[in-house]
Amino acid sequence: MISFQQILFLITILVAGYFFFRRVLQIRKNILMGQDEDRTDQPTKRWKSMLLVAFGQKKMFKKPIPAFLHLLIYIGFIVINIEGIEFFLDGIFGKHRMIARLLQRLDLTIFYSITLNIFEFLALAVILSCVFFLIRRNVYKIKRFDGVEMSRWPKLDANLILIFEIILMFAIMTMNATDQILQERNVVGFPNTGLMIISEIFASPFYRPFNTELVLAIERIAWWAHIIGIFSFAIYVTYSKHLHTFMAFPNTYYSNLEPFGKIKNMPEVTREVNMMLGIAQVESPTNSETVRSLGAKDIKDLSWKNLMDAYTCTECGRCTAQCPANQTGKLLSPRKIMMDTRDRMEELGDLLAKSGKEATDGKSLLGDYISKEEIFACTSCNACVEACPVTIDPLSIILQMRRYMSMEESSAPQEWNAMFSNIETSFSPWKFPPSERFKWADEFTKEN
Amino acid sequence: MAELAQKGIEPELLLWIGCAGSYDERYKKVTRAFVRLLNLAKVSFAVLGEEEACTGDPARRAGNEFLFQMQATANIQVLNGYKVKKIVTACPHCFNTIKNEYPDLGGKYEVVHHSEFLQQLIQEGRLTMEEETEFKDTKITYHDSCYLGRSNHIYDAPRQLIKFLQADLVEMERNKENGFCCGAGGAQMFKESEKGTKDINIERTEEALETHATIIASACPFCMTMLSDGIKNKDRDEDVKVLDLAELIAKSKNL
Repeated sequence: MISFQQILFLITILVAGYFFFRRVLQIRKNILMGQDEDRTDQPTKRWKSMLLVAFGQKKMFKKPIPAFLHLLIYIGFIVINIEGIEFFLDGIFGKHRMIARLLQRLDLTIFYSITLNIFEFLALAVILSCVFFLIRRNVYKIKRFDGVEMSRWPKLDANLILIFEIILMFAIMTMNATDQILQERNVVGFPNTGLMIISEIFASPFYRPFNTELVLAIERIAWWAHIIGIFSFAIYVTYSKHLHTFMAFPNTYYSNLEPFGKIKNMPEVTREVNMMLGIAQVESPTNSETVRSLGAKDIKDLSWKNLMDAYTCTECGRCTAQCPANQTGKLLSPRKIMMDTRDRMEELGDLLAKSGKEATDGKSLLGDYISKEEIFACTSCNACVEACPVTIDPLSIILQMRRYMSMEESSAPQEWNAMFSNIETSFSPWKFPPSERFKWADEFTKEN
Repeated sequence: MAELAQKGIEPELLLWIGCAGSYDERYKKVTRAFVRLLNLAKVSFAVLGEEEACTGDPARRAGNEFLFQMQATANIQVLNGYKVKKIVTACPHCFNTIKNEYPDLGGKYEVVHHSEFLQQLIQEGRLTMEEETEFKDTKITYHDSCYLGRSNHIYDAPRQLIKFLQADLVEMERNKENGFCCGAGGAQMFKESEKGTKDINIERTEEALETHATIIASACPFCMTMLSDGIKNKDRDEDVKVLDLAELIAKSKNL
């Protein structure tokens, strides 16, 4: 006989699954709006980068205290979710704590008890870390959590995630506390879980005065709150900066393995330069290549990796805090570059989904979201790239936009145009005649 | 180089001077100091002289890929024409471009920055340091060039050179991976900065002055200009000097 709760559980899963996968496909589609770029070479190095940077959180540890608390939340997130297996089984089969029941039958309750106590310990650690982070964000007002791009939604998002996590952990504690009370009262259907220490200490005293019916109801509410919480959190995450929990893995796998100083070559320019210099034969563009503009103005001009970077950004602001332009009051903020890219990608993705592949709205990332002034202020020092805990590369986007401005719009600052013409005419960025290039050695000639 | 090629000589090394080393009055001194050291160490090297041209670094970083590739391709033709195998340069921007960006365009060479090269000469005993240099116990701070440091992970060679001088190396708060830019990279050298609350070189100069070092060692022509301007702006150019690593080594040997 299928119970009402089982039906409800199935419906919840189907509905949540639908929204979740629809969103995942949309994110995938949005990322694939970007240009091709091969990031599949050297798989060993890539796995290593993923293991160290995403799984091992190596770059987080530049700031040890937040890194440690972040690690607790992260381990809590992964380990506590193992309990999801039992939730899932219980939900489907309409039973209660199926694994506990099985272990009780095998006389192995001790293992269940140890595992649940680990979960509870982590849940407490998660609650404390989240509270610390909330205080840090809202009371201490760390400078890097501020900035023009940190408008209402990003700030709210950051707080919502922390609150959400606290609620989820409270649900677990409540569930376990009431469960223990029901076991004490020998209510049918509540197998022995062994003592769950933290909920016994902190939560049980609160529920013990209530009558059994009320405790039963609270247990059910907490169970459902946790289940619905997990599902809605999973969907929420895909719309939030919290997406980094998943994206950090592919993003570090596909990270740039070249030296930071190397700027990606433009083969289409190489072909043309070789033709101009008479090194290569003049060839007509092949049909497979559509002629596209040089550099980047909007989402589709960037590479898919730039777009994956944008979805991976968790808005921590370590890049911006290291940016020399930003730290001396210029408009440029690498975090804003990433957030603008993501917001514009979402906007364009929605438009294309609604109005067809070729639809345009007359807007572009460069101009409507990111200003030229921001792009020109960059010193290409790679401090932002180095600072990012999940190997995001804001500089790559900045440089592609400079290419667009210099080559498509000819809208580089005047001094740069002067520098360009110096290089063209005297082969030096300064206006000196090439015949004076060897003058530095005159002193040696004199000496000899 | 042309003269040597006529005689059929292939020198072990090409010294790439760079535009700053060729034209900038201040950096010409660095070029000469480095050349004196190479001569002292009896390194056989050549220069391209008037055949050298801008690597294209500022053009590429300002977004003018065409101009960059024109420069790069022309330079590679010259370098390959002389069968150059190894290049040393005192400019981190030239170093980065030739080392990392020329290979895609057919220019594959072993490229060494002068800080690494000097370190090697000293370690191999081709250059010997004095028992006691004039910089013994002098407080020297080293400013990491972004194009050496974060871009190419060269952090140790420059510091090792300062240790060879027996100087007291004092670090700025932001150093190595966390080093703070001088403000000139990414073609900023060739334009005014955007509106802000402070100039980047002033911020960095203040940080350097906080170390109470009397010498700020640099390893890049742009950093040198920015920091020299910074200490002038702070009216400290009398008691604090910005010197290149090659100049420090050369001075310690009275060259």
